[in-house]
Amino acid sequence: MDSLLNTSRPPVFCPGCSHEQVLHSLDQALTGMGLCGEEVVIVSDIGCSGLFDTFFNTHAFHGLHGRALTYATGIKMARPDLKVIVTMGDGGLGIGGAHVLSTCRRNIDLTLLVLNNFNYGMTGGQCSATTPQDAVVGSGFLNRLEKPLDICQVAGAAGAGYVSRISTYDKGLVEGLKDAIAFDGFSLVDVWGICPGRYTRRNKLSPKSIEADLAKLPELGDYKTRNARAEYGRAYRQEAATLQPAAEPVRIEATCTPPAPGRWEVVVLGSAGQRIITAGELLCLAGASAGCHAAQKSDYPITVMRGHSVSEIILSDTGIEYTGIENPSVVIALAPEGVNRRKKMLAGLSPEAWVIKASGIELPSCPASVIQVDFKSGKIKPQDWALVALAVLAGMNRVLTMDMLKAAMKLRFRKTEYEAAIAMVEKAAALQLLQL
Amino acid sequence: MGLTLMEGNEAIGWGAMAAGCNFFAGYPITPATTIYNTMLRLLPPKGGVCLQGEDEIASIGFCLGAAMSGMKAMTATSGPGISLYSEQISFAIGSEIPIVIVDVQRLGPSTGSATKGADGDIQFLQWGNSGGLPVIVLSPVDVRDCHVLTMHAFNLAEQYRCPVFLAANKEVSMTRETIDLEGLDLPQVVERRTAGADHPFMPFGVKNDEQVPDFLPIGGQRLVRQTSSTHGADGYITTDPGQIAAMQARLDGKLKKNVSAFTFYEECRVPGADTLVIAYGVTARAALAAVKKMQQGNSKASLLILKTLWPVPEELIREKAAPYRRVVMAEMNLGQYVRELQRLLPGKKIDFLGQMNGEMIKPGQIQEVIQHG
Repeated sequence: MDSLLNTSRPPVFCPGCSHEQVLHSLDQALTGMGLCGEEVVIVSDIGCSGLFDTFFNTHAFHGLHGRALTYATGIKMARPDLKVIVTMGDGGLGIGGAHVLSTCRRNIDLTLLVLNNFNYGMTGGQCSATTPQDAVVGSGFLNRLEKPLDICQVAGAAGAGYVSRISTYDKGLVEGLKDAIAFDGFSLVDVWGICPGRYTRRNKLSPKSIEADLAKLPELGDYKTRNARAEYGRAYRQEAATLQPAAEPVRIEATCTPPAPGRWEVVVLGSAGQRIITAGELLCLAGASAGCHAAQKSDYPITVMRGHSVSEIILSDTGIEYTGIENPSVVIALAPEGVNRRKKMLAGLSPEAWVIKASGIELPSCPASVIQVDFKSGKIKPQDWALVALAVLAGMNRVLTMDMLKAAMKLRFRKTEYEAAIAMVEKAAALQLLQL
Repeated sequence: MGLTLMEGNEAIGWGAMAAGCNFFAGYPITPATTIYNTMLRLLPPKGGVCLQGEDEIASIGFCLGAAMSGMKAMTATSGPGISLYSEQISFAIGSEIPIVIVDVQRLGPSTGSATKGADGDIQFLQWGNSGGLPVIVLSPVDVRDCHVLTMHAFNLAEQYRCPVFLAANKEVSMTRETIDLEGLDLPQVVERRTAGADHPFMPFGVKNDEQVPDFLPIGGQRLVRQTSSTHGADGYITTDPGQIAAMQARLDGKLKKNVSAFTFYEECRVPGADTLVIAYGVTARAALAAVKKMQQGNSKASLLILKTLWPVPEELIREKAAPYRRVVMAEMNLGQYVRELQRLLPGKKIDFLGQMNGEMIKPGQIQEVIQHG
């Protein structure tokens, strides 16, 4: 094959633009590797480098500024067999920096060509992430204040396995591109060139000076060795192949009878580490095991190991409409952190409501019936208080029965956990904690 | 039948799987994170892909690349992430990329309250793109809707080649509820229509009687072009005003003209009522409780629950509101969707109940508005 270039859409770059030379070199590299258009996707960024895809007879994806690597990653994960080439300017490099770093870290098999001409050509020659501090550009004095980025050093540090820099005018460009494209992993080529439309109007830059500037830069490390590892997509598929499909959602058969019809609202107030959320879940499962509808909402701070933990549960023999707590039937109060969060609710409890509280917990005055449980003297650990409180509730035959609680524990816990939970409930019963 | 206990976000994940989703990418954010967790559990073992992007922009970017390669993609976030998605959403609209975007709304503005619910993004989802073209927004009321509407969302994304939003709310997404999975009324799975081999492929070409271009994936035997630039049928940049106008009109019309085909709603008609409550999302549940409680009293109200919010189902709203003297709109913001009702129902008395304090609107609050009309 002679060329993958689109003869009906010849390049339209400014006369003397280095992009056009890179375009031809890329074409030669692709055809030299024996690739046909159907095997290649050109993903282009915004700016003059964003025109690349239109000049090729390959698959093409042209998207937003700086985001080309994100589309390329999606495409490569979907179609690992494709050669995915990303073209991006120094502008895209700057705005899409996070994606460049992450792609280096990921080592997905893409080739990124940074068409580096030290300024934003399309918008008027403003400074980019690679503009030298002594350059005269369209951003006034601003570029004098910012250090240009050496993307190759950055990419290597970020884990790219293939990093190279080369002049557009280097005779080895085609071979360099082939090498990068053939690399099994992420490869980045920083291609320096001239923007005659903007940059070289006010700055001296020639193939020779580029060569000299490149020669002055410190050597790049041996990233191929240092960053050598499996290609991301392949490693992903290998890992995924070892995983077992997730179990289907459990359907809970109604094997128990609820103690009474109606809607029951239960609020469990505790602190981090007391397994408040688990208790709420147990209550929902208990409800479902008696054919009841259930809803659970939880409230806890982002620092999950400290602070309050509140769980609000509704069980109902009819569909649950409003999921908020309006008139709690039962409040389980196990720690001041949780109680402090619901003071208003506690004060507003109805006389029909019951509160099961750990000894020592202070409640605002309320007309509800209060049962005190002395967990500490029963030597029950704080993480078991909520479970034991549910057993107390089941012992009262309110909201749930002991059968429902056991059915819930069976659903929620593995065998050893279940046995420990049953033992805990029995221990509490033996201590007569469950009696009124 | 057996009941299953499941969080709304988990149901979104299972709904996505049932719809054929095979690609997910997201960035962790409360209250949407558990969708990502679910997809990470469900997709890779089934040969699908679940990625965590370096940010929201990357996450949706991965999805757009994968979607154009033929995969069924979904992403999920909350208000701060939707803000970052904005530019990519505009891309998906203009370049007709099928994608499902879940917005588990939390109380804003800005980072707001990560663990408090709201419906504060309802206008933002429609208008948070450059160009002002329509999108589809579906809003789940409960865990069942999370499953079923997610399937519809995928189907619509495939059928119309556009982003489809699921406007969830922390109060639906992070609430664990019982669901009867066997009793769900699930739609047939729809696949995007692919281009036949009988004529040359035009990435954005439509046949005379159609409004949506046929699809071919990137990487197939015929070359595919995708571009975020203003393009003609061939996928190349165009400056031709006639072509541009035709493309914009088609993008506008393909959803607006067909909204009756995907207007999801429920209603509770109460004989003798002179007020119609209109609500969506979690607020619809409080409204249902309110309307039911008042069925026997003197002031009665019927209820219309909207599940398709955008494009606005104008015909449905006009028709359902017609018999009533008054409309009450309740939503968890300071007055967003009510603007659409005001626009559609001139001359009708419209009372608004809004709340932005991190709490759900209570049935009692709605009852009060119904009573004092």
